[in-house]
Amino acid sequence: MSAMNLIARTAALLMVGFGLASLGCEKPSGGTGGGGATKSGETGTPGSPKEDGDAGQIVIGHYASLTGSEATFGISTDNGIKMAVEERNKAGGVKGRQVKLVTLDNQGKPQETQTVVTRLIEQNEVVAVLGEVASSRSLAGAPICQRKGVPMISPSSTNPDVTAVGDMISRVCFIDPFQGLVGAKFARENLNLSKGATLYNRAQAYSSGLNTNFKEAFTKMGGQIVSEQAYSDGDNDFSAQLTAIREQGPEFIYVPGYYTEVVNIARQARKLGITVPLIGGDGWDSEELKNAGDALNNCYFSNHYSHEDTRTEVQEFVKKYQEQYGKVPDGLAALGYDAARLLFDAMERAPSMSGKDLASAINSTQNFAGVTGAISIDENRNANKSAVILEVVNGQPKYKATVKP
Amino acid sequence: MTQFLQTLLDGVTVGCLYALIALGYTMVYGILKFINFAHSDVLALGVWMSITIAGWMGMGAAGQPTPPWYMGLLVLVGTMGFCGVVGFVIERVAYKPLRKAPRLNVLITAIGVSLLLQNVGQQKFAFGPYPKSFPSLMESSSLFTVAGVQVRASDVAVVGTAIALMAALQFLIFRTKLGAAMRAVSFNTRNASLMGINVDRVISFTFVVGTMLAAAAGFLYGLKYEGQAKQTADSMWVMLGLKAFVAAVVGGIGNVRGAVLGGLLIGLIEFFGVAYLSSQYRDAYVFAILIMVLLFKPEGVLGRATVEKV
Repeated sequence: MSAMNLIARTAALLMVGFGLASLGCEKPSGGTGGGGATKSGETGTPGSPKEDGDAGQIVIGHYASLTGSEATFGISTDNGIKMAVEERNKAGGVKGRQVKLVTLDNQGKPQETQTVVTRLIEQNEVVAVLGEVASSRSLAGAPICQRKGVPMISPSSTNPDVTAVGDMISRVCFIDPFQGLVGAKFARENLNLSKGATLYNRAQAYSSGLNTNFKEAFTKMGGQIVSEQAYSDGDNDFSAQLTAIREQGPEFIYVPGYYTEVVNIARQARKLGITVPLIGGDGWDSEELKNAGDALNNCYFSNHYSHEDTRTEVQEFVKKYQEQYGKVPDGLAALGYDAARLLFDAMERAPSMSGKDLASAINSTQNFAGVTGAISIDENRNANKSAVILEVVNGQPKYKATVKP
Repeated sequence: MTQFLQTLLDGVTVGCLYALIALGYTMVYGILKFINFAHSDVLALGVWMSITIAGWMGMGAAGQPTPPWYMGLLVLVGTMGFCGVVGFVIERVAYKPLRKAPRLNVLITAIGVSLLLQNVGQQKFAFGPYPKSFPSLMESSSLFTVAGVQVRASDVAVVGTAIALMAALQFLIFRTKLGAAMRAVSFNTRNASLMGINVDRVISFTFVVGTMLAAAAGFLYGLKYEGQAKQTADSMWVMLGLKAFVAAVVGGIGNVRGAVLGGLLIGLIEFFGVAYLSSQYRDAYVFAILIMVLLFKPEGVLGRATVEKV
């Protein structure tokens, strides 16, 4: 009796735990109610509802880190996509059909990503998937989309391996070999530095890939990497690595990590008396950089766009975004907006909404006028675009230079 | 030489944190003979409670001057108090009803408690699912420089507080009546109860003390890494707890002095490994030591040779 009682209690406690664990996962957004793809008027068709008629809505999916350590990545991207969807629906939708967006939160975890991408395809029956920012999570989601034949557009994953997964996967941003070159060029030519060190996250495909690309480009330009240090997801103490770097006396440190890590690295570096500039990539792009205070002053990162760009597309986008969300859009919001608009453009051109037709329409996109520049999808399904260098001034990114491919 | 000394300082500082956390594992093990998997979550709770309390007291807002040192002490006391209460409730609700159940049940319950703390902590009404900045409670520049080694105010505070707490614990266990009761319960629970010791109360007390030490470690962690504290369900807390657990095992689980020694050992090995061998294998050094100890001296460095285990 009492043993049963105990087992029951243990079980109950565990269930409470798991129940709460799953609480944070679901966050469908967009206009009409939850439930996803089950729409009225399609009751008779047992087949895939995405291909029948032009009556119902077109459902597209987005998986993103709405919570967790890289939360601003997911939130910004989702805001950009939402804005694009609303605009499109106001203008009459795609082929006369309204677009419905389903966004699921992966909490910034690769395992969770596989669950939510499967769910988008199986349960919500989306015709196309947008996501992710972090390359490791795009690499978790891409094979599923490829296998199920659903096109996926990554707004801002820069690791080359992401689109190499297959012909269903494309992206609207540049890739890391270019971004590494941009960083190296800036350090070597604009700042005139020749002795660098790197500190990267070996657990993230983005960070370790960009580190390699930067190192190669910088050494080719006659620079020298005097110390190469690594850390892992969840590390919060960088003092041992930074001490080793300090010992070698580099003129700058290349830190191709994500913003939460960069803030901590910068603060700890300054505490150790390291005053040289830190240089990074688009993983720095977040309003949360302000948490570094003045530790990130005189530091630079390469990015997809600058909100200070004077082109009319950019200024219109910035103005609209500010009206809607009350803050300046970062590069990830702009790329989310571009990815969604490019998808709608491809949908208009595609003969049907089947995965194959849609993917080939996406892959044949040429000179699409995006906020982040003209987007042409090349034969490897990457976008060829120029990059900007931003300088961090009291936690705010300021435009510094543009580098063309 | 500078690098050696700086690494030594950092290793000792982090080792002190590991030691404080390891003490909680080892005390609970010594008296209840089970591993409290929820311990790392109490640590995360300590970090986030410190942030919350400091926020209530109006500290750490941008552009504010660094508050006087005793304000930090108030935050520490508040955090330890709060987490002590949480520890008491956990023990009463989750573990006490299982006192006579097989050990496996308690272990599974501990995992349940761990998940509960992680996910409740991540809810909007608690601390939220985003990383937050730990407020600056101390001067962030270095206090002084010796032979090129930057000694930061936070390092002095971490090591000082940790030593003070460990000294207080030493006094409690070996110089007070309650400490004698704790040692007695650890030695033989049934005999202790025959001698008129209220075993339940002693267990409860031990649990609260262990929890408060984890809370203190959480506060000190935030003090040292005042950048971004990750949300309570992040895997980094589990990793931190795991390393402290390794420290407890290396020192000899159930042995209080062993936990302190193990903590310092693990901290130093980790930091010297990263600085001099390669930063690629940071966690591997720690777990390699665990394997060595388990292979060659499974009872831990200080083992069970000492009779006074708690």
